Amino acid sequence: MFLLACRKVFQTIFVLLIVSVASFSLLKLAPGDPVEIMLGNEYSAEAHASLVAELGLDRPLAEQYLTWLGHFVTGDWGTSFIARADIFTYAVVEALPVTLTLAASALGLAIVVGVPLGVLSAVRKDTVWDAGAAVFALTGTAFPSFFLGILLIWIFGAKLGLFPVMGFVPPWEDFWGGVYHMILPAFTLSTYFMAMIVRLTRATLVEVLEQPYIAAARARGEPGWRVIWIHGLRNVAMPLVTILGLQLGALLQGAVLTETVFSLPGTGQMITSAVLGREYGVVQAGVMMTATLFVVVNLIVDLAYPFLDPRLKPT
Amino acid sequence: MAVTTPTIDIAEKQPPRRAGLLRRRPFFTLALLVTLGFLLCAVFAPWIAPYDPTFQDIEWMMTPPGAQHWLGTDSYGQDILSRIIFGARYAISIGVFSVTIGAVGGLVIGMAAGLTGGIVEWLLMRLIDSILALPSLILAVAFIAILGQGVDKVILAVGIAMIGPFSRTVRADVLQVRVQLFVEAAGLMGIPRLRIIWRHILPNVIYPLAVQVTIRISEAILVSSALSFLGIGVTPPPPDWGLMIAEGRGFVSFAAWMSGMPGAALALLLIALSIVGDGIREEFDPKLKSGA
Repeated sequence: MFLLACRKVFQTIFVLLIVSVASFSLLKLAPGDPVEIMLGNEYSAEAHASLVAELGLDRPLAEQYLTWLGHFVTGDWGTSFIARADIFTYAVVEALPVTLTLAASALGLAIVVGVPLGVLSAVRKDTVWDAGAAVFALTGTAFPSFFLGILLIWIFGAKLGLFPVMGFVPPWEDFWGGVYHMILPAFTLSTYFMAMIVRLTRATLVEVLEQPYIAAARARGEPGWRVIWIHGLRNVAMPLVTILGLQLGALLQGAVLTETVFSLPGTGQMITSAVLGREYGVVQAGVMMTATLFVVVNLIVDLAYPFLDPRLKPT
Repeated sequence: MAVTTPTIDIAEKQPPRRAGLLRRRPFFTLALLVTLGFLLCAVFAPWIAPYDPTFQDIEWMMTPPGAQHWLGTDSYGQDILSRIIFGARYAISIGVFSVTIGAVGGLVIGMAAGLTGGIVEWLLMRLIDSILALPSLILAVAFIAILGQGVDKVILAVGIAMIGPFSRTVRADVLQVRVQLFVEAAGLMGIPRLRIIWRHILPNVIYPLAVQVTIRISEAILVSSALSFLGIGVTPPPPDWGLMIAEGRGFVSFAAWMSGMPGAALALLLIALSIVGDGIREEFDPKLKSGA
């Protein structure tokens, strides 16, 4: 058990090392000379040479990589030369909380709405409810989220004037203002996951409800809601956690687009504007941050299985 | 032993199942027709489109949908219907080409990982893990940062980003096929290893891969149009749907058709493709049929 956990941790660290090599090469492969971008159009040969030496660009690649990795691990991510700000502060302190708030609210919304819908469609199998949920599940997973966001802005922002269509208010400063600003973006991002949760809940529950222990619970005279919500739904937890861990990437990807649609100053905006401004240091930081988040969450999901499902506990 | 029973089962069921496919799945048929419609638009765009997609007519700027311009015009006075029809070319060809790159790359890496074993397999799997650690859009963005923008760059970036998931499924299939009796028998008969891979393992891997390809085309189209929407994919003037949606974004309060029409086209194509993909998987995926 402990050995298995160690092996998984080791695998994760190795994967992160590969990602770090790739992100490091990103900076090396990117077109243009970073020194020239930093110095602007007019500079002397000495200024160029001294900056090259200062940045350590004249050293061997392996040494450059190790130095960079050391700096990265200790939180020294360099300076964004367009935003004139420390990249670590920019990425982790300013952008990441926005993305995490968006992702968490979307995920919460998806679970709160998706699970009951899935239950409804499993319990009323082959009825209008079930068909409706199936149509929602299908369109929800296929519909492009950025277009959905624009539709919502058009209907609820421009036509009805009900919700603000852009900007971010930190909920830890102004809770209701934050929620108010987060409703449309969170809904936009959540539809994909909601649809997936509906599908998953329905599929799992339909199978579970045919099990003997459900019939036994019914025969004991337990109320219908208890049979479904306690005995039945418990079995949905495991596949749900697995899927959510694996789909975290899709969540982050959706967040990038949603942030652009609603002009939220999150990680996605940071990476896109960095690509457009040719700020490869920021792109690199964004890539490393996203990958680390994804890999670590999946490691936690992996390690948490035995606690979620007693059947997987070592005897 | 376990193999024989289901094969007989399938053989008995097969003929009636295939014959009624289109009638049995009305949604699938409808979705297939929609997809074919988009495909026809893409192929015959110059003959179908009423206007030149990049012809700018200032007199007709931002006209709402009407008799002259069925789906209206954009802020440059370009006919939106014609742009959508030509845009189908970009969407479908970017989708198909990038999925091809992803599938070929996945086939090579997946086969290599599944057939070698040992430390090479472990390393390749970690490589795949690290590709999968990044969402395909972010990975594509990173490649765009290196490659630059443009249609060909988008195809390459999205294609590389899709190698991860493809290699994983290919490897899983190789691991299953490799231990089958016919492979072992071929080995015992002294057939050279490369020939076994070519004649016995590859065909059993290609088939599920083809099913995967049809499912993932919609993902490729979604990611590529998202790139254009973010402003880092296809650069104007080509009539790319993602680009058109992004252009109309600023005018949504008074000219909603500008992003609404291309967005609807994109949504329709993606939904149709996902229904077609689901149908194909349910009908043709050997794993779903024998398993469950």
